Amino acid sequence: RRNRFGCYQKSKRMFILVLGLLVGSLMPLGGASGSPGSGTGQDECKKNNGDEKNGNKTTKKSFPVLSLNYENVRLPFEISLWVLLASLMKLGFHLMPRLSSIVPESCLLIVVGLLVGGLIKLVGKAPPVLESNIFFFYLLPPIILDAGYFLPIRQFTENLGTILMFAVVGTLWNAFFVGGLLYGVCQLEGTNLAGVNLLSCLLFGSVISAVDPVAVLAVFEEIHINELLHILVFGESLLNDAVTVVLYHLFEEFTNAGTITVTDGFLGIVCFLVVSLGGIVVGAIYGILAAFTSRFTSHTRVIEPLFIFVYSYMAYLSAEVFHLSGIMALIACGAVMRPYVEANISHKSHTTIKYFLKMWSSVSDTLIFIFLGVSTVAGPHEWNWIFVVATLVFCLVARVLGVIGLTFVINKFRIVKLTSKDQFIIAYGGLRGAIAFSLVYLLNPKHFPMRNMFLTAIITVIFFTVFVQGMTIRPLVDLLAVKKKQETKRSINEEIHTQFLDHLLTGIEDICGHYGHHHWKDKLNRFNKKYVKKCLIAGERSKEPQLIAFYHKMEMKQAIELVESGGGSKLPSAMPSTVSMQNIQPKKPPQDRALPQLSKAREEEIRKILRTNLQRTRQRLRSYNRHTLIADPFEDGLDEILIKRKKMKELEKKISQMNNYLTVPAPPADSPSVARARLASVPDRFPPTDPQAWGLKSVTEIPTIKVELVSPQNPESVKVVDEFSKKGSQPKGSEEEGGLTMRVPSSEKQRKDKTPDEEPQPRFMRCLSDPGPAAEDEDEDEPFLP
Amino acid sequence: MGSTNSTLLKIPNVEVLMQETGFSPAHIIRLHDRFKALDKEGRGHLCPHDFGAIKELAMNPIGDRIIGAFFSPGKETVDFHTFVKILAHFRPVDKDRPKEPNSPEPINSRSNKLKFAFQLYDQDKDGKISRDELLQVLRAMLGMQVTDEQLESIADRTIQEADLDRDDTISFEEFRKACKHKRFTMFRFCIRPGERKLMLTLCHWSSELQDQHEL
Repeated sequence: RRNRFGCYQKSKRMFILVLGLLVGSLMPLGGASGSPGSGTGQDECKKNNGDEKNGNKTTKKSFPVLSLNYENVRLPFEISLWVLLASLMKLGFHLMPRLSSIVPESCLLIVVGLLVGGLIKLVGKAPPVLESNIFFFYLLPPIILDAGYFLPIRQFTENLGTILMFAVVGTLWNAFFVGGLLYGVCQLEGTNLAGVNLLSCLLFGSVISAVDPVAVLAVFEEIHINELLHILVFGESLLNDAVTVVLYHLFEEFTNAGTITVTDGFLGIVCFLVVSLGGIVVGAIYGILAAFTSRFTSHTRVIEPLFIFVYSYMAYLSAEVFHLSGIMALIACGAVMRPYVEANISHKSHTTIKYFLKMWSSVSDTLIFIFLGVSTVAGPHEWNWIFVVATLVFCLVARVLGVIGLTFVINKFRIVKLTSKDQFIIAYGGLRGAIAFSLVYLLNPKHFPMRNMFLTAIITVIFFTVFVQGMTIRPLVDLLAVKKKQETKRSINEEIHTQFLDHLLTGIEDICGHYGHHHWKDKLNRFNKKYVKKCLIAGERSKEPQLIAFYHKMEMKQAIELVESGGGSKLPSAMPSTVSMQNIQPKKPPQDRALPQLSKAREEEIRKILRTNLQRTRQRLRSYNRHTLIADPFEDGLDEILIKRKKMKELEKKISQMNNYLTVPAPPADSPSVARARLASVPDRFPPTDPQAWGLKSVTEIPTIKVELVSPQNPESVKVVDEFSKKGSQPKGSEEEGGLTMRVPSSEKQRKDKTPDEEPQPRFMRCLSDPGPAAEDEDEDEPFLP
Repeated sequence: MGSTNSTLLKIPNVEVLMQETGFSPAHIIRLHDRFKALDKEGRGHLCPHDFGAIKELAMNPIGDRIIGAFFSPGKETVDFHTFVKILAHFRPVDKDRPKEPNSPEPINSRSNKLKFAFQLYDQDKDGKISRDELLQVLRAMLGMQVTDEQLESIADRTIQEADLDRDDTISFEEFRKACKHKRFTMFRFCIRPGERKLMLTLCHWSSELQDQHEL
């Protein structure tokens, strides 16, 4: 107990120290005037003047050994300091787990922003404000890309109707309700808000009614709510961007124009369709381009992630050029390119992309909240009690009414009805955030003289939602016993059954003559497989069924985990896992490894070494090299490995020698009939059907070629051979010899060293391009034995 | 509603059918129309090749299994009642139905749905999915693009994950448990007002919700 307390004190002290250091270093930051944009402008001027002055001087100074030129690096220095501050804050919060379990991170970050802003103001300088440009072009895209790339497509499309209802109809309702009622309040006698006209109110309403994806992500990620609610609220926050963009531009234009007509209203609807669909189309185009590019990156693996990021960013910017919805473009781009890109890029690139996205979105997220805090201190504010309170109340009421009303309608079309608990969480999770703030900040003060009041009101609403709702949602979720996210890993069972059921339901739909959801999904999949995948996925992977890809991914993950943990004891039932690990044939063979091109025999050798080492006991992997999946010859097992290698080499030599002969001396006990008898009697994990019933593979009919290169006939080894031929696989090493070869289990010798109850010979893998055992069956029908 | 009533009267035992399956009259009529459309020769019952004539079903990897599910063992034909009863499996679960302890479980209960799916795996009807049967299913779904070894590895792993009593087969209980945490997409029939066309809407429910209502 004392330890924990001491730890807590220490971390608190460290945090305060860090904070103090940072604030101290931020003084020059605040010392530079105002926002970075105007700052650089002034600097340029100063520099020019300085140069001129220098030019005029004729007196010579002594050579400066050490000089200070802060102005040169001011901008990147400031940016780096802010990023550093954000990251250190994040670090600090996680050092204090008790605090971060009560208060969500976003709240803490806003408080930090307030503090920093306050300090800067104390020094007497103007704190920087969250510029809309910086926000929309640099801070927002990483978060959205991260969300879009990892969007769970299946849940999203299954709930698309509901999400769209909430996003479009819900936001419209909110906007008009809040805007209209605020106008009514402004017209009241007691307030001096008569200057606020209807259009401004509506504009304000449309801006503030949009649920913010950044805030939602920040809060919902910590509460681990069940997937349905998460995707509903999150999906809504993403898709309502189109509505917000249209309404914003609509009302802005109307305020400039002064008059509205019915055609304008109609055009507004058309504009909405154009904005949303256009955004999606732009995103999809860039996504396909990215997927196509990734098809050719097999030789330049290092810059693969770059393509992903740049194409997505370009999609966002291109959409913004036409005033289309950039967020939807980004989401569409990420979602479209993901399945194809993931099939093409290397495993390491995939990890890189994942971590870069998480890193950038995390930093962005932190910076946004800090800047919100700083901007609050910066002002300018115009506090009007009535307006602010009215805004707050109307926002909440509108949200609740909207959710209830919409759910009533939606539940008529859903099978999984939304319960009132669900409705409460959806209403409560409608957080507002920085997007609303930035949009209001963008307003032209000339057209909107009450802009400052709007800013104040928005900041108040944001603070309320983030602080009050963000902090209380976690205990409420627990109190209401809302279902949490199931932390189950996806299993192969799930995959298979899901696909099976999809086929089943498609079939039932066809029987009923109905063209429903499954029918179209099936058609889309077929089209995808036939045409699209061939274009966008490189090489052999284009034909790989989804199940296999999933399976390989799982096996790869498990292999990495196993090697990292270094325990054979971790293998639950050793047989299938190790067997399956054999099947992790790297699809793009040696490129992913640090080793140069290997011959197949050497590959096989190395795999065997890996396998044998994994079956050993725990002492492992102090020398594990993260850059290769292949175990280095470990210190302790080195001798044994060398021996085995030598034996295998001998074996291979003997095989190549044997190739010159067509017969082998076989001990009589190994006659086919006896071997077959043994085959039949092998106690199996397999269903007790006779080998003929294995209709799937004719390979099972492999004649029992008992090539005994090991002269002392070892029942153990024979047994191994039995099982070996029973499974019908063949060693890789002997594949290189063409023609009639004997199927020798080349690891047979290895077997002898092992304990008998070790798992039977693991199968060797085949890569996808192998013809498969069927092609070679013909060869084996030749009788070898006299 | 006059025309619907007369159509209903033409179907024998329609009251019993509606009660057993829970379909509404409009649904029954719709299914009857479909039944007649499939029964091109007007015999009043369907044969396997009637189902086979459905183009998309032929392309379905497990199409023949689905067709086989309609025909009880030994019978060569499917009459309308059986047709409707099988399709009744896919109605959404009636959450509001009062649970009478003596009445048999409704056709569209969750466990009956699972049983139906289980039977499609378990072709020899021994109550267990053997490794062989699993291999056949995988082979059907994955086509010829996959090698046998890969199939076997997948099958082994699947059984390893689901098999709790270590008998190398998946029994119905194990199947049930394996399906516990997934989404089960089953769809329902609904009639849009003014339209006689059947509109099947698809929704999904997560199995946790169902667990509260049954078992």
